[in-house]
Amino acid sequence: MASTLFDKIWNRHAIKPLTGRNALVAIDRIFLHERTGAVALNSLSEAGRKPIDPARVFCVMDHIVDTRPGRGDATLMPDGQAFITETRSAATKAGINLFDVTDADQGITHVISPELGIVLPGSTLIAPDSHTCTQGAFGALAWGVGSSEAEHAMATGALRVKRPETMRVTFEGTLGEGASAKDMILALIAQYSASGGRGKVIEFNGPAVRALDMEARMTLCNMATEFSAMSAIIAPDEKTFGYLHGRRFAPKGALWDAAIESWHALHSDPDASFDEEITIDAGTVAPMISWGTSADAAIAINGAVPPSADAQMLDYMALESGQKLVGLPIDAAFIGSCTNSRLSDLRRAAKVLDGRKVAQGTKAVCVPGSSAVKRAAEAEGLHEIFAQAGFEWRESGCSMCFFAGGESFAEGSRVVSSTNRSFRNRQGHRVKTHIASPETVAASAIKGAIADHRELA
Amino acid sequence: MMGRPITSLTSRAAPLLYANIDTDQIIPSREMRSTGKTGLAKGMFAGWRYLAGSDYAPDPAFVLNDPQFAGAEILLARENFGCGSSREHAVWALAEFGIRAIIAPSFAPIFENNCSRGGVLCVRLPAEVINQIAASDANVSIDLPDQSVSLPDGSRWTFTIDEEAKAMLIGGLDSIELTMQSADDIRRWHDTDKNERPWIYL
Repeated sequence: MASTLFDKIWNRHAIKPLTGRNALVAIDRIFLHERTGAVALNSLSEAGRKPIDPARVFCVMDHIVDTRPGRGDATLMPDGQAFITETRSAATKAGINLFDVTDADQGITHVISPELGIVLPGSTLIAPDSHTCTQGAFGALAWGVGSSEAEHAMATGALRVKRPETMRVTFEGTLGEGASAKDMILALIAQYSASGGRGKVIEFNGPAVRALDMEARMTLCNMATEFSAMSAIIAPDEKTFGYLHGRRFAPKGALWDAAIESWHALHSDPDASFDEEITIDAGTVAPMISWGTSADAAIAINGAVPPSADAQMLDYMALESGQKLVGLPIDAAFIGSCTNSRLSDLRRAAKVLDGRKVAQGTKAVCVPGSSAVKRAAEAEGLHEIFAQAGFEWRESGCSMCFFAGGESFAEGSRVVSSTNRSFRNRQGHRVKTHIASPETVAASAIKGAIADHRELA
Repeated sequence: MMGRPITSLTSRAAPLLYANIDTDQIIPSREMRSTGKTGLAKGMFAGWRYLAGSDYAPDPAFVLNDPQFAGAEILLARENFGCGSSREHAVWALAEFGIRAIIAPSFAPIFENNCSRGGVLCVRLPAEVINQIAASDANVSIDLPDQSVSLPDGSRWTFTIDEEAKAMLIGGLDSIELTMQSADDIRRWHDTDKNERPWIYL
């Protein structure tokens, strides 16, 4: 029988059926961070249990760790330091892999897991983090869970999972000039709504997806959770294998050869059927920007706020129906997060910033996605371009993607951000967030107002 | 953390009739002050429940501060309730506050799964039914074994729920304990898998 890529991974990992659509599913990789990891590790320990295979459990400090230069355990978030010290102590006691604050491999979970070859094609990976779907870009079944499920998987090596439905989203044609993977996912969500994914696993395919490099594929899969999908997945290909080859935890030598042979089967059969199919012409995708407090409240950068716009959203965002966004003054610009903080993201932003200055009075911050991304960017001089333009250049972490009581943008300020969520108060009290690609953020920082980066090129 | 078993409940249903209520509205990140699972009820809906700039002074305009909804165990909401961050603290906060069920047309998948593990029932009903319940000004009864919701005027609707989630909620079961009963199956699976996919094992 013809199978989808999802079916192949699910069937491989289904240890035994449970009631209804549920099965006991083997979990190959567990990734924790300090925000929700300590609670899972402490709870496990309090129940008198240990991780069944600590070598396959990983933990990093990314969520509330400070990103200002010279950082240590101290955080700007009140009581934040305890999350770091308790996670460190619990991770050490449990004997799992830990990437600590000053570790050379520290970075955002969904940036470092691929960088280190932890996520592998055909594997199952869970993390108590909603953006775990990012890692589906490698042909893994990777999804976000609660802390209790992370504890469950550590204790047993498996989870009780309801088999999700499947959806295929095919991007035909070639992506339009100036548009990126961020614009593809925003266009999909804007058209089909923030609940359009309805708990399904979404396979992204089509020539415009195949054409994306691995970093862009991660950006595409990252916001599947903003589409209310369980996860996203992309069939692995030579780009995937090329990216993973030689990475720290990736198989080596004969094991690598055996793995590659097995990974070649990881694609949906030609006549496999999905519960839902969507096709989008990538040529119609323009640079996108959100105008409202939900990811589906997004429009093409040169468009206007729709006439049907929700009144409460308009009030919060201080906008009116029919208003154009280009030219709207901003207070701050942020480049970072698990969506858009990788080397290629920073390169595209730097291309816009090179030889230009951030507008007077605009706060501009760049937070590389990992310590390795930061080193690589510095090796090619990107940090100087950012600094000369007037951007702060930070240590890696989730940083100001979200407000946890510590550092934030000024109350009520308007921010253009390469992140994934424009929820109310997400980046600070009454902060009005517009999410967009790194190049749109860079162009807007230069103009001090929302800008179409194609006009600066 | 096991949830309190749920079979049936009758309560006022507080209307929070907005789409896409995210987990940061349910429990703002700044209210997650420790690595524990308790002490979260005070921070539930903190951004809506308290007067801006006050030290937790109740905002009388917020529905759960309305005396007629005091002690309400049911929330009514719109599409995609619980979207956003995977933080299970959202469910722990709701449960600690006393919310036992949420009725909405759809739920975000991670949140819904966290609810069935944490003793909060997610009931899916169409938006027009939710409007009718909100307009009824009466107690709502939920019967989980029967998978039904009813009003005192005799209106009654059935809902679907995953069998595993239903069993967890009714039994107040610890899902880890349940899986532990399959420890031999899991061990055998891994023994075979180590030969077939040795690159997975580090």
